[in-house]
Amino acid sequence: MASITLTVNGSARTLDVRDPDKPLLYALRNDLNLKGAKYGCGLGQCGACTVIVDGEAVRSCTSPVSAFAGKKITTIEGLGSPDKPHKVQAAFIAEQAAQCGYCTNGMVMSGAALLEKTPKPTAEQVKDALAQNLCRCGTHERIVSAVVKAGGARG
Amino acid sequence: MNIHTSRRNFLKSTGALFIAIPFASELKAEVISGKTVDAAQVDAYLALHADGTATIYSGKVDLGTGLRAAFPQIAAEELGLPIDKIKLIEGDTLLTPDQGPTSGSNGIPKGGMQLRQAAATARQALIKLAAEKLGKPVNELDAINGEVRPKAGGAGLSFASLITDKGFELKLDGKAPVRDSRMHQYVGKHVPRPDIPAKATGRHVYMHDFDMPGMMHGRTIRPAIIGAELVSVDESSIASIPGAKIVRIKNFLGVVAPDEWDVVRAAKMLKAEWKGGGLPTDSAGLRDYVKAQKVSSTEALDKAGDFATAYAAAPKKLSGEFYWPTQSHASLGPSCAVADVKEGEATIWCSSQGTHRYAKHFADMLGLPANKMRVHYLDGAGCYGMNGHEDAAADAAFMSKAIGKPVRVQWTREDEHGLDPKGPPQVITQEAALSADGKIVAWHTTMRCPKPTDKLPTIPLLSPVEADAKQVKGIATGSLSSGGKPPYDVPNLLVEVHWLEDTPLRASHLRAPGKIGNCLAVETFMDELALAAGKDPVEFRLAYLSDPRGREAVERVAKLFNWDKRVEPRRNGKGRGIGFTQYKGDETYVAIAMEVDVSADGHIKVTRVAATHDCGQIISPDGVRSQVEGCILQTIGRTLFEEVKFDRNHVTSRDWASYPILTFPDVPEMKIELIDRPNEPPRGAGEAATAPVAAALANAVFDATGIRLRTVPFTAARVKSAMVETGVKFG
Ligand code: FES
Ligand code: FES
Repeated sequence: MASITLTVNGSARTLDVRDPDKPLLYALRNDLNLKGAKYGCGLGQCGACTVIVDGEAVRSCTSPVSAFAGKKITTIEGLGSPDKPHKVQAAFIAEQAAQCGYCTNGMVMSGAALLEKTPKPTAEQVKDALAQNLCRCGTHERIVSAVVKAGGARG
Repeated sequence: MNIHTSRRNFLKSTGALFIAIPFASELKAEVISGKTVDAAQVDAYLALHADGTATIYSGKVDLGTGLRAAFPQIAAEELGLPIDKIKLIEGDTLLTPDQGPTSGSNGIPKGGMQLRQAAATARQALIKLAAEKLGKPVNELDAINGEVRPKAGGAGLSFASLITDKGFELKLDGKAPVRDSRMHQYVGKHVPRPDIPAKATGRHVYMHDFDMPGMMHGRTIRPAIIGAELVSVDESSIASIPGAKIVRIKNFLGVVAPDEWDVVRAAKMLKAEWKGGGLPTDSAGLRDYVKAQKVSSTEALDKAGDFATAYAAAPKKLSGEFYWPTQSHASLGPSCAVADVKEGEATIWCSSQGTHRYAKHFADMLGLPANKMRVHYLDGAGCYGMNGHEDAAADAAFMSKAIGKPVRVQWTREDEHGLDPKGPPQVITQEAALSADGKIVAWHTTMRCPKPTDKLPTIPLLSPVEADAKQVKGIATGSLSSGGKPPYDVPNLLVEVHWLEDTPLRASHLRAPGKIGNCLAVETFMDELALAAGKDPVEFRLAYLSDPRGREAVERVAKLFNWDKRVEPRRNGKGRGIGFTQYKGDETYVAIAMEVDVSADGHIKVTRVAATHDCGQIISPDGVRSQVEGCILQTIGRTLFEEVKFDRNHVTSRDWASYPILTFPDVPEMKIELIDRPNEPPRGAGEAATAPVAAALANAVFDATGIRLRTVPFTAARVKSAMVETGVKFG
């Protein structure tokens, strides 16, 4: 059985991986008990499983865990907590930007990754960045406004 | 009872889980005290504790709609208790009263009002008890801040000092006086939703995240042809997967393994042979199929005057046929459930809208007495009607029973899109006529849709059919025939439904069942009549709308949207339209105005939406607003993009590429005005605003192009071919 070391939320985590093709999502949720990233499609189509890898928003459902050895992974749990939320998380709370919230992980992580590159995105830039993230409840407007406000630009 | 001890140990052993159901010690105390769940009793809904806190129990659940904020608001208001002292337990069949499923936008109007009356009854009882102790008349006392106090001032008595842990032992009084809305502290005010901080930081425990010791992961394997029978299973095909086991019960086929990724692989590798099955039509032929289906009965739902005579005599007649396709709930997270079936008892964790009714069903299906089945509610992905939640639970239950261990079933994306019960197709025809002076004289709506089975206790699930277990057969659709009546004064009216015996894909309620399509037909027709009468669409509506609340909704939306009058369509690629409804004929009023851009290649973009929404008394303004936003956006997507595709074997639109929904670039600017009527009863807000969306959109497209879209979805290809056919050009 191969073992793989990942850096997750700042700590080195070593996993025994029987199948190196196992997607990162399953390793995070089941082996590391980090369940913030969600299974939505397993096809790379919805964004519910998004994590940040070396600064980029990445869909953890389609990439094998073996591809992440030595990379820095941040999950939504590592981004912030209810007591110390990241500014994007704080903005989601302030805007009440969730209905069921099943898409929220992907929206928060993609939003946080966007702010790393574009610190003050406009609403249009946020819509573009989230174009491949699906929300079935229709929470889009609040999500856009949360990310814009987290960046501090005027929508 | 085992369920409770194992649950307690489980909670102890994992400790860290943040769970929206009671923690072990409280649970035990509540169970031992023999808490009533009799919906006629006050104690079914609430318990006041010695430490000044209270627990409220709701059979209705928060489906991402904000009830988790609204129920405590209602209870805090009526009891006179600070809201942060209130804890809510939802859906647990052992602890909450059966208030019926959370559907039809009835969470607040039914569930919330039962809770309000329970709390109002409790307050009266507390005041009476205090009156005796204080030696004061009841009318000089009030319940404030957890105490009963003289209104004039002076020392009060805490609730805890007035009531023992036996509870109130009182019948809920439906007429107990409720607080004057002018005094409200919580109702109608913004209270943040308690679940959002955990949701935004990845700490909220969804159904999908629930785990328990010894739990196995399960997947159901279903045939490539719907309804096929299982002939044989090749067990050796998954021999390489550690710990994998096959569960086969007649035509039910599942596989379990200790590791989730292993079971995903096993489900793909498992070889099985099936025979037979198939569907009576494909999606391309569905409309014709529905039109050719035998009508089992015709029901006249509304009648006024004499339609046939008035129509025959009228000088100006219009008619048209509308089609609403079959659509999926398309929940963002595929359904998931955990079942722990033991000898003689079972526990199921599920995101069901109706834990109580499905608890009975699960018990029947497993051959258990109803009181040996407990169903817990945990949040799933939004479902908007009955999706696959209960199917996943039944799948898990059969597998757990077979292997004697708890089993978690996670449906795949392909399962959810392919197998969730669907919103059925509708064909709606309209005939209407104007008099020589342009007045509406006759109107006839005919709806063709499957007839829901009378008194069907639950929507039939897949695995009981496959495993040949007990289950009542039938079709559930919600009230597809509601909304066919124009909300206007029409002298000669006939609203009919042609009931069909079945529908090709398994049906269930999908948000606002039938009403979006029916409103599309009625409100498009109102627009056609306005044009034929040479009137502006808003003015024409107001001329036939006598209900003052309806008028206000329409007038205010016109103002909010900055409606500019028009008679003839602009035909320049930009258009504006309006739609109005009174939901279910006597509930929430919604008016929506919309602006669209239509490109030369037929692509529709909604650029601007204004909505007014009057659901009577508003409990949570932000909760209502969020539902209205969701209704509008989701329905724009349903109208523009969504249609379940299938061939004679199975659903073929089984991912997000083949079943597209609204995305961020499609989101218009929205202005929403909530009309609060604190002295009216609260009506539902979960789906009313969906109803006029397709109509407003179609009417805006007509203004932009002169084309009447009567077939949903309004795809670019469909619009383009209509443009070619009618020779419309712009841009
Ligand atoms: S779950 Fe990864 S993109 Fe949908
Ligand atoms: S909030 Fe439910 S899917 Fe986005």
